[in-house]
Amino acid sequence: MIAEFGCFALILGLCLSVAQAILSFTGRARRDAVLTGAGEGAALGAFIAVAIGFCALIFAFVTSDFSVVNVAENSHTEKPLIYKIAGAWGSHEGSMLLWCLALTGYGAVLALARGLPWALKALTVAVQGSLGVLFIGYMVLASNPLLRLATPPVEGRSLNPLLQDPALAAHPPFLYAGYVGLSVVFSLAVAALIEGRVDSAWARWVRPWTLAAWSLLTVGITLGSFWAYYELGWGGWWFWDPVENASLMPWLLATALLHSAVVTEKRGALASWTAFLAIGAFTLSMLGAFLVRSGVLTSVHAFAVDPRRGLLLLGVLGTASGAGFALFAWRAPLLRDRSTFAPISRESALVVNNIILAAVASAVLAGTLWPLVLEAFGRQGGVGPPYYNLVVGSLMAVAFVILPAGPLLAWKRGDAVAVFQRLTFAAAAALSFGVLVFAFTDPHKALASVEVAVGAWLALGALSEAAGRVRLFRAPVTESARRFAGLPRGSWGVTLAHLGLGLFVMGAAFESSWRTEAAYVLSVGGGLDLGGYHLTLTTVGDRPGPNYDAEEARIRVTDKAGRTVCAAAPSRKTYDTGGQTTSQVALCPTALDDLYIVLGERRALPGGGSAWLVRGFWNPWVRLIFLGPILMAVGGALSLSDRRSRIAVGRRAVSVATGLAGAQ
Amino acid sequence: MNPRRWILVFSAALCLAAAHDPADRLSNPVQEARARALFQETRCLVCQGESIDDSDAELAGDLRGAIRAQVAAGRSDDQVRAFLSARYGDFVLFRPKLSAVNALLWGGPFLVAVLGAVLLFRRQRAMIQTPPLSPEEEARLQALEADQSS
Repeated sequence: MIAEFGCFALILGLCLSVAQAILSFTGRARRDAVLTGAGEGAALGAFIAVAIGFCALIFAFVTSDFSVVNVAENSHTEKPLIYKIAGAWGSHEGSMLLWCLALTGYGAVLALARGLPWALKALTVAVQGSLGVLFIGYMVLASNPLLRLATPPVEGRSLNPLLQDPALAAHPPFLYAGYVGLSVVFSLAVAALIEGRVDSAWARWVRPWTLAAWSLLTVGITLGSFWAYYELGWGGWWFWDPVENASLMPWLLATALLHSAVVTEKRGALASWTAFLAIGAFTLSMLGAFLVRSGVLTSVHAFAVDPRRGLLLLGVLGTASGAGFALFAWRAPLLRDRSTFAPISRESALVVNNIILAAVASAVLAGTLWPLVLEAFGRQGGVGPPYYNLVVGSLMAVAFVILPAGPLLAWKRGDAVAVFQRLTFAAAAALSFGVLVFAFTDPHKALASVEVAVGAWLALGALSEAAGRVRLFRAPVTESARRFAGLPRGSWGVTLAHLGLGLFVMGAAFESSWRTEAAYVLSVGGGLDLGGYHLTLTTVGDRPGPNYDAEEARIRVTDKAGRTVCAAAPSRKTYDTGGQTTSQVALCPTALDDLYIVLGERRALPGGGSAWLVRGFWNPWVRLIFLGPILMAVGGALSLSDRRSRIAVGRRAVSVATGLAGAQ
Repeated sequence: MNPRRWILVFSAALCLAAAHDPADRLSNPVQEARARALFQETRCLVCQGESIDDSDAELAGDLRGAIRAQVAAGRSDDQVRAFLSARYGDFVLFRPKLSAVNALLWGGPFLVAVLGAVLLFRRQRAMIQTPPLSPEEEARLQALEADQSS
């Protein structure tokens, strides 16, 4: 009964989205505030209806109602409660429902937002409603998560054990909140293009939405990467897997958008480019969902197995972004850039940032789709990590070298010499840091040391910009403290995000160049050497779990002096349902490094007795790889909480206009 | 989330060999390191997105054996790659070859960057050639227009 009720709620959500789109469009066309108000009400209603449908699905999962197809295929009575709930978005149908929940949720927040110009708001709500019609329509008609089974099974098929993990339970909600957050930016861009006004007041609204979506997407990607790192047992954290690329592409364009929207807001320039990015970022979100969910990436042939859904999803994507880009092509030539800037200026630096991010996004897109393109022409070809590392790495290197100068440059016309003087300390310190890394690592690696130095340059550049703002060491400490307290959160956000990027680059460069690996077949009492540590296998025992049996090893890790660093307990789980095996990695953190220990299968020794394959990685500085992006997301959240992001738009637009007039 | 990793886990449960298995290693550490580097550039065809270095699948084990044998026989990296693509097609290679078809893939992103730089440069030049009107000039222009229309 609850499932039918949820199903009804989803259909109601579809109807309300249709109403939202029609009422808001008509209201805008007739300049009728009653109609647009009704449209906003419908947006709220659509969210509540979809939320009811979502709760019905969660309820079905929690109560293990196996008469619902989706529950029977993805859940099991013995599964812990948190994974029963997370199972609700573990499948295609459930994740589409999560997508629709986020879409209508953002629509509701938009409907409640104050200060947005009336006409722009009405159209944005209308466009958001149209997106809702497309996606909820797809869900209700082609991928309904609440369908019943005629003959319910006694027990469910359970969720893939690899996905039964806290980081991965939280990964889809963050990722989808980020993906779909870009839908609001898309709607704002389409609405502004229809209105024919893409200006600084508009960009001021684009920024907080982009910041929110970008921060959530950053957290989502980091969680996914961390999950892959400790759950797959391969010691790596990024595999340039098409599924990972699908989340990276919208992130790259959202990052570009974040920066170009600043230029549009503060200087009124790059308006059409910002609108283009806004449409492009959500297009890549949808493309990511399509690529992951249609199975097209595994092979064009896998796509043909269930062509209806894939084609429908492609149709939804094509309709939404096709309409957006067609509108852009029609309207963008009418947009004028009124402001000018010198080759050395903050605008130029941000444009270069945008060019490079767009080029990187195109590289990731091309690499992901290349096998498909070739296959369509009857050829074959593969693209993998060597391609991405080279192309993405070399393009980003250019961006990283100029990045610290960006926030120091003045708008309109910057002074390169003065900026370089302010960065001398950061440059010298980063350079010496690189030399130290080269000297103290074994084996010596020149290119990798340069990469670490570039990371240090980013981090130190961000810190010296902040130090300059509070006049650290140049003014009395009290003066610096006063400035420190008075700095707007937005500028702290910039510092943190750039610092996080620097830490990430340092960690990624160091870890991928100096990681060491060791693998031995050990019997109890045996040991292996790894990165200056010694690992001794002390015991191996059985440990039964709620829905699995585990074989758990105890491994003592000692350093060179013989002191115990930690007691690691890697295990291998065999799940009751399906008989799948996963290995539970043991992480032994030492400051920034990880000792990463995997227990392999048991082997019978020729002379009797057992031994186990033990594989260990020493991953130096790997913590920076996850810490960096978290700092970036915190920076985004901090900027979002800045009071300046919330000041009424009308007032701000006037001050920008007068500011521009004054500058000319 | 990722159906291909599912497949991988299934196959992991079925077979035993892995890239790092000490039993399979070549005795010459230089050759072993070269073989490992080649593994990382070779796709595991049954598990799609992963390299044969990461994969526990049976086919990956066979491929590792074949590559190790070639390396031990003194073949160069390029010869091994040629062997792999002749036997399994180019899809098996993670590093796309530098061919006429792949030129677009390798050059495309840089082309985007160069194109962006050219557009920026042209915009800059256009700005220099037509300086914007000052507020006084703007006011004069409006006054002139008002004169004409009246």
